[in-house]
Amino acid sequence: MNFDKELNASGLSCPLPIVKTKKSLNDMTSGQVLRVLATDPGSCADMKAFSEQTGNELVGTGQEGAAFVFFLKKK
Amino acid sequence: MSNKKMAIIATKGTLDWGYPPFILASTAAALGWEVQIFFTFYGLQLLRKDLSDIKISPLANPAMPMPVDMPVLVQALPGMEAMATMMMKKKMADKGVASLKELRDTCIECDVKMIACQMTVDLFEFDKKDFIDETEYAGAAAFLGFAGDTNVCLYI
Repeated sequence: MNFDKELNASGLSCPLPIVKTKKSLNDMTSGQVLRVLATDPGSCADMKAFSEQTGNELVGTGQEGAAFVFFLKKK
Repeated sequence: MSNKKMAIIATKGTLDWGYPPFILASTAAALGWEVQIFFTFYGLQLLRKDLSDIKISPLANPAMPMPVDMPVLVQALPGMEAMATMMMKKKMADKGVASLKELRDTCIECDVKMIACQMTVDLFEFDKKDFIDETEYAGAAAFLGFAGDTNVCLYI
């Protein structure tokens, strides 16, 4: 999947992946896609909850080695 | 953008109890919530510019996981608190857990309001110069004015 920006939150624990995701989205424009890498297993549920509450759509998920991959489309 | 609100009363100033207010506040702020934390009694320690004195104690904390079983009287020996604090900080860093300072900075960056309870600041004769510049000072009525209108209100 194409993306405009990437955030590597590997090795970070709650709440840092979410907080850093929010920060990364701040300087993006509507419709752009952010790719996030995270190793915290809690980030799967948290990223979904973040997407639902903020309206930034979770357009794709996957796994890359030990990391979970999330694609968020900026609202 | 969410228009939800959260109010937290932070009453404890140990390393372990300092985390929940800052974790929840920074996360809620990332979700677009408006957040205020009211620091009172020992929670005021979390507003100090220098957080390096924040400690954890194994004493009176039988649920704290210890690497080796340790009798209470041994836990009371001089230096044990410093050792427990050092070990906890190292474990947190190893696991990618943010420092208290990092989480607090994130809260401030996201406009979380930090309110110190004026009464307890006076009671303990704290010097306002020791607190971060973002600190605001207020009392119970001001806190309730915001808290009465929130979706989540926590006492920690």
